Amino acid sequence: MQRGQGFKGFLSYIRRNPAFGLGLFILVALLVFAGVGSLVVSEEDAQPLSATPNSEPTGEYPFGTDSTGRNLLAQMIHGTRVTLSIGMIAGSVGLAIGTVLGFMTGYFGGIFDTIVKFIVDVLMTIPQFLLLVMIASSVPEPDKLTIVQMGLILSLISWVRPTRAIRAQILSMRERAFVMMAKLSGMSGMEIIIKEMMPNLMPYLAISLATAVNGGVVSSLGLQTLGIGNLRRPSLGMTIYWLRYYNAFLQGYWWWILEPVIVVVLIFAAFLLLSIGMDEFANPRTRRTV
Amino acid sequence: MSESLLQIKDLKVYYHVEAGAVQAVDDVSFTLDSGVKMGLVGESGSGKSTMALAMMRMIKPPGKIEGGQMILGGTDLVGLTPEQMRQTRLSKLAMIPQGAMNSLNPVVTIEKQILDGPLDHGVVMSKDERADRVIELLEMVDLAPKVAKMFPHELSGGMKQRVTVAQSISMEPDMIIADEPTSALDVVIQRQVMETINRLQSELGLAVILIGHDMGLMAQSVDRLAVMYAGKMMEIGQTRAMFEEPLHPYTQLLIQSLPVLENKGIFSGIPGITPSLLNPPEGCVFHTRCPKAFDLCSAKTPAFIEVSPGRQVACHLQTA
Amino acid sequence: MRIPIGYVLKRVGFLILVLWTAATINFLLPKLTPRDPVQEQVNLKIATMGVSSEGATEMVESLKELYGLDKPLWQQYTTYIWNTARFDLGFSIANYPKRVNEIIGETIWWTLGFVLTATVLAFILGTVIGALVGWSKTSKYLSWLMPPLALFSAVPAFILALVLIYYLAFKAQWFPLRGGYDPLIDLDWSSWSFILDVAHHAALPAISLLLVSIGGWSLTMRAMMVTVEGADYITFAEAKGLTGTRIFFQYALRNTLLPQVTALAMQLGFIVSGSTLVENMFGYPGIGRRLGAAITAFDYPVIYGIVFFLVVGIALATFLVDLIYPLLDPRISYEGG
Repeated sequence: MQRGQGFKGFLSYIRRNPAFGLGLFILVALLVFAGVGSLVVSEEDAQPLSATPNSEPTGEYPFGTDSTGRNLLAQMIHGTRVTLSIGMIAGSVGLAIGTVLGFMTGYFGGIFDTIVKFIVDVLMTIPQFLLLVMIASSVPEPDKLTIVQMGLILSLISWVRPTRAIRAQILSMRERAFVMMAKLSGMSGMEIIIKEMMPNLMPYLAISLATAVNGGVVSSLGLQTLGIGNLRRPSLGMTIYWLRYYNAFLQGYWWWILEPVIVVVLIFAAFLLLSIGMDEFANPRTRRTV
Repeated sequence: MSESLLQIKDLKVYYHVEAGAVQAVDDVSFTLDSGVKMGLVGESGSGKSTMALAMMRMIKPPGKIEGGQMILGGTDLVGLTPEQMRQTRLSKLAMIPQGAMNSLNPVVTIEKQILDGPLDHGVVMSKDERADRVIELLEMVDLAPKVAKMFPHELSGGMKQRVTVAQSISMEPDMIIADEPTSALDVVIQRQVMETINRLQSELGLAVILIGHDMGLMAQSVDRLAVMYAGKMMEIGQTRAMFEEPLHPYTQLLIQSLPVLENKGIFSGIPGITPSLLNPPEGCVFHTRCPKAFDLCSAKTPAFIEVSPGRQVACHLQTA
Repeated sequence: MRIPIGYVLKRVGFLILVLWTAATINFLLPKLTPRDPVQEQVNLKIATMGVSSEGATEMVESLKELYGLDKPLWQQYTTYIWNTARFDLGFSIANYPKRVNEIIGETIWWTLGFVLTATVLAFILGTVIGALVGWSKTSKYLSWLMPPLALFSAVPAFILALVLIYYLAFKAQWFPLRGGYDPLIDLDWSSWSFILDVAHHAALPAISLLLVSIGGWSLTMRAMMVTVEGADYITFAEAKGLTGTRIFFQYALRNTLLPQVTALAMQLGFIVSGSTLVENMFGYPGIGRRLGAAITAFDYPVIYGIVFFLVVGIALATFLVDLIYPLLDPRISYEGG
């Protein structure tokens, strides 16, 4: 299964998939904004009382300030960084767990499979976000949660979908000819998993990663909007929490409202485009390579 | 002599892809009389399935009927409006699909599926008449009346195929196209379904075009035989005559490749592969694999001519 | 139609198992946390209401006794399971002596109102749009709807709510900014003007949910239509000369609708979570906002009570769909479950 020769293949893939290209572009732009921005603008400026409160965007404060005197430019930069980081931790840890569990249950089956499958079914029935709410609000001192801790809490939920999806893929692969051949030629279970199945699963994992990270961002946004989490550290959800707390609507602080919304919409638009674009990659039947 | 029921004249069906036009069917002509069974054989890619779809006017983009005529009972199907064609289907021209498991609507009962064809063609029936008609049709294909209230997944492959046969005769059309109706079935069921089709054909006086790749099956079932290759018609004639004295080298090879009981263990095929339909070879399209090809064959396309009453061949050997 | 007991029992069994698991998680989580809600409430009351801090420890002790928190764990557990089975979710800590059930009763109808309307409308509209877009015989211009719908579906409902509040409530002033009804007028359900006012307030929350969901439904419906259109039975239906309408409705739609309906059941959890956040955005007096308030106060009987209640609701709904689905799809027999 040829998968586009290296970098050149990658570029031609982008050319054929404008959606993927655009999504990638937006995501990279956001990462640059957050990453480079964090180096240039200090996090100090995102603390309260570091600037004149309630100021509209001006030359001195290009993104304006909020009611507590935070410089919103700094807030957006660091907030994006924090939110994306939490999402990535949640997504990658969740995917890692999901992959391992998915492989084990899908390939080996047995009692272990039944138990895990049951847990997954139950968790899919329960509204996962609410479960997160319960968990996150129960930890001691939720307002002191670090980025990593937050990400790990979210990963308690983010493993569920990947597990189910990967398990399903493994189940369908297991019966396919190339796995049977590997078995016949004496490969051990683990070997088959790593050498035969994994490469075929790669595109699928890539998409699952994007979805999981997306889910992580959504969950962290939701939690922080409700006020669960570190409200002092700048993050996109926290910005929304504070703007509601200070009634930005009634006061007409339009910049405070629009900025996090725009960033958030960009993030989700990027993920949406990426997943549309990766669809072709993952589904060889729709791939347009001749 | 009466006008033939079906006249295909110089039919062309091309598929327009990025790289160009795939000539799936190119200048095919033949006629079929009422009540006659004709077999249409060829390898995969010969264009026979495309012929079936073309006759039903069900070719979808990027495919297109580029030219030619398909005259059924005096009307050229190529010129009909979509609504006129819809009316023609089932009432004058019906199709029996490949023996795939999926031709019946999974969520609708058999009787409803048998009835919806006639109903959509304006046939008015009372509730009793409908029930009677369904049972009548089921019995014609040797299915028990209780099948009417069942769902497709409750039937075996052979039974499902017979339901499609029942549907295709529900309006007593003039002609039926059977596109590999038994390929997906095992030999025993194959025979049953073919027997049903044959019986109905003689009972109702239908013309049948049986499309397939199984020469052995053709030998048993059809009166006339047409051989296609790479989108072109190679030879047509009476089945018996074709088997006794095949004129086209391709037909000869096809018949030779049929396993013969006496020569157990000896198989012969046809060396080479079908040419690209995007860029067909110059001259006769078969010349690249033809054991009897000579220099004219690569230069000029042979015309499809009548060499004796009812027998047509496209081969330079006939005219040389 | 015979309904084999085996299948039903299996489903009931699963349902009970889910509920029991949820109840147990519900019970254990607060026990695992070092946070002490009673202590926190008392501290809060001391800090905000000027209750004297003397005798605070005794107050905490006696409150704990009241909530049964001083008994051994296993006893608490059995009491809890017994109570829960009788739908007794206990007392609120922050709003003592209000019972959790009461709180749920006050707020659930507000939520159901706009959530059900939004969900049903979104499902119908989304499915219709998706079906039409996916069917090759319909106008190509319809597919222009898809990108904006897709974008809406990618963004969480509460973010969309923010945008809607900003443009439609704040700038255009077509809709109220928050609340379930105008606090200045009488709460009178028999008056039309009140009902209209409620509808006016419910519009934006409902629209937020609606827009977000439509995208999802239409995308899945379209994908399924496209797949179905390639199916052999559609080709054969055309060969039979059936009318386009019949093919669309009886052959294509009937086959794609069933998975859509199951998808609806599976989405319930998601919809409920989404509506919770939307309510918080709008300060809408539904169960979601009440949950938000309980979180801030760490009133954990209310937190857990509401979450558990929602879990039960969803589990029941899923269970019902599981029971009904085989009736709709003749291919699935009860044994297959």
